[in-house]
Amino acid sequence: MPRSSDSFALFALMGLSCLMASGCADSKPSDSSNNVGDRKYTIGFVQTGSESDWRKAHSDSVRQAAEDAGYELKFADGQGKQENQIKALSSFVAQRVDAIILSPLVETGWDNVLEKAAQRNIPVLILDRQVEVEDESLFVTYIGADTYNEGRLAAEWLIKNTDGKAKVVELQGTPGASPTLNRYKGFRDVIKDHPSIEIIASQSGDFRLSKGKEVMEALLKTHGDDVEVVYAHNDDMAIGAIQAIEDAGKKPGDDIVLVSIDGVKAAFESMVEGKLNCTVECNPLQGPMAMEAVAKILAGEAEDMSKRQMIKDEVYDRSVAKDIIDSRKY
Amino acid sequence: MTAPEIESNGLSRSQLTRSTAIWPLFALGALLLLNAFALPSFFELEFLDGNLYGSLVDVLNRSSIGVVLAVGMTLVIATGGVDLSVGSVLAITGTVAATLMAKTELGVTTAVLISIAVAMLAGALNGLLVTSLKIEPVIATLVLMVSGRGIAKYIAGEQVISVPRDEAFAAFDWIGNGHLFGLPVPTLLALSLALVTFFVVRKTSIGLLIESVGGNAAASRATGINDRMVKLFVYVFAAFCAGVAGLIDTAYINASDPVNAGVFTELDAIFAVLVGGTALTGGRFSLTGSIVGAILLQTLLTTMYAYGVASDVAPVPKAGVILIVCLLQSTKVRTWFRKRARGQQGNPATAFSSPADSSSEEAS
Repeated sequence: MPRSSDSFALFALMGLSCLMASGCADSKPSDSSNNVGDRKYTIGFVQTGSESDWRKAHSDSVRQAAEDAGYELKFADGQGKQENQIKALSSFVAQRVDAIILSPLVETGWDNVLEKAAQRNIPVLILDRQVEVEDESLFVTYIGADTYNEGRLAAEWLIKNTDGKAKVVELQGTPGASPTLNRYKGFRDVIKDHPSIEIIASQSGDFRLSKGKEVMEALLKTHGDDVEVVYAHNDDMAIGAIQAIEDAGKKPGDDIVLVSIDGVKAAFESMVEGKLNCTVECNPLQGPMAMEAVAKILAGEAEDMSKRQMIKDEVYDRSVAKDIIDSRKY
Repeated sequence: MTAPEIESNGLSRSQLTRSTAIWPLFALGALLLLNAFALPSFFELEFLDGNLYGSLVDVLNRSSIGVVLAVGMTLVIATGGVDLSVGSVLAITGTVAATLMAKTELGVTTAVLISIAVAMLAGALNGLLVTSLKIEPVIATLVLMVSGRGIAKYIAGEQVISVPRDEAFAAFDWIGNGHLFGLPVPTLLALSLALVTFFVVRKTSIGLLIESVGGNAAASRATGINDRMVKLFVYVFAAFCAGVAGLIDTAYINASDPVNAGVFTELDAIFAVLVGGTALTGGRFSLTGSIVGAILLQTLLTTMYAYGVASDVAPVPKAGVILIVCLLQSTKVRTWFRKRARGQQGNPATAFSSPADSSSEEAS
């Protein structure tokens, strides 16, 4: 990708010159409390990309929180490639930003670049998805949604609302992605104590609406009237499944119970229409919590921070959907 | 595959069509037979609200996009070219249609016509790159394959655009989810597109022109055929097909997904065409073979869903089937088997092939 790396270098160069310019010229004290003397803290944020509405809400949340806290945020979009994310990280290290927030695409392969940041004493905060590194001291803390717990919450809701007896069809996310693995495992860890809840089919719908619909169509034909519950790893696939269930002449939400994860606006719309029963929120508004942690790190209080901070996820079902749909931002 | 293609006349060509389509048909039959024993529910058909409902209907419904793309791709490959951009054109068309309906006051018909026009414009671009600038078709269409997805994302603002649920909604939804005479509309659309193409190509001189350009462009030009126009036509036609596929895809989920719509469909279309017995070198082509090839790929996919094969393993059986069909078509492999058989029987006369066999050999 010669073109993107060129443009990135240009971007980095511009960023660098801006930094120098502001360092020289902007010497009047700012009104924000987070600024020490005449200097405004600069935070580098490496995002995965802009693949979904959820991700967009996530980026916006971080941007907004940084602005509110009075930091200068440098935003780098990985465009779905780890390679781009590593380049962006290295350039933030070269620019000597004050802290780096990383939302990694994948779990592995971060050791070298995090080592570079550590050598320059730049603290790194991992946001949203986890990293797997040999030396855990390479990052200060991890903040993110607990995808394992989301699977558990979905299963618990299901047990409560079906009296612990159901035949379930599972629509998995992209094979190998950490939310897929965690939501798969969390769900099973809860239902293993309830033998009457049986998973009769489990297929990947790739987190996509069209794929969720196609897979559901096929499963409805194979298992027919046996299907009592659909557990989808995200809302998009659940919405696809709703369309397939309607095509089969059944009533989604009543004939077949649907539980999904994410809590996007479309899911709330479906719940208001009565077609989706429950969604477990996976909150993308992680910015404020991240900036709070950054403030602590910059104040030198990183020592007493826990290594993993999980954002609390809420469970919403049809009974409350109508009241809160207007307050949903994404 | 060189000049003699021009000599093929109506009669022998219809024989060839039959014989090249035989191998994917054979694979399709074998797959269905397997399902008949292992998965009886696969053949269950019933009427639901007056519409046919069952796995077989699903296969025909879901394969409609593949069939439409394969029809367009067949003609491009017959001229000795290839169109890698159909997946991206599919995404652009869907995005344009959904955006027009969501963000403007235009009606469904206008939105559909404009998006199809955009698709054909993209096709014309491909065609001009190939004919006027003499760029290799793989490279020329690769340009649009890569940039096209970017264009689609740009138009949509990197978002999934939902078709608004207003009064026009039902009309657009009908393209992807409607029924006519108890059959799904996408299937009927694909079928009519295939039939019209078949008759236009076989009953007018267009088919002959395409085959002659694909066989030997220089020789065709010497006989007075405008090979540039022929090539331009097939690229525009392939893009038109991609546009129709894009509308079906978008109407199916009532939303356009510029990131994921039509990813790798160009490869599936090329698979379908090759499995159907049309050679990448151009010349003779078999529309029937391509259509059977596209249906075969979808049958395989639906079968794997029904058996519950994990999606990370699913490409393996697909590759296996494609390989087997290609081996069956290969003259070399068939000759080798014939020789082996002859050697074992020790009687060369009985091992010689039937007339149908030898005609298919000419085709490959």
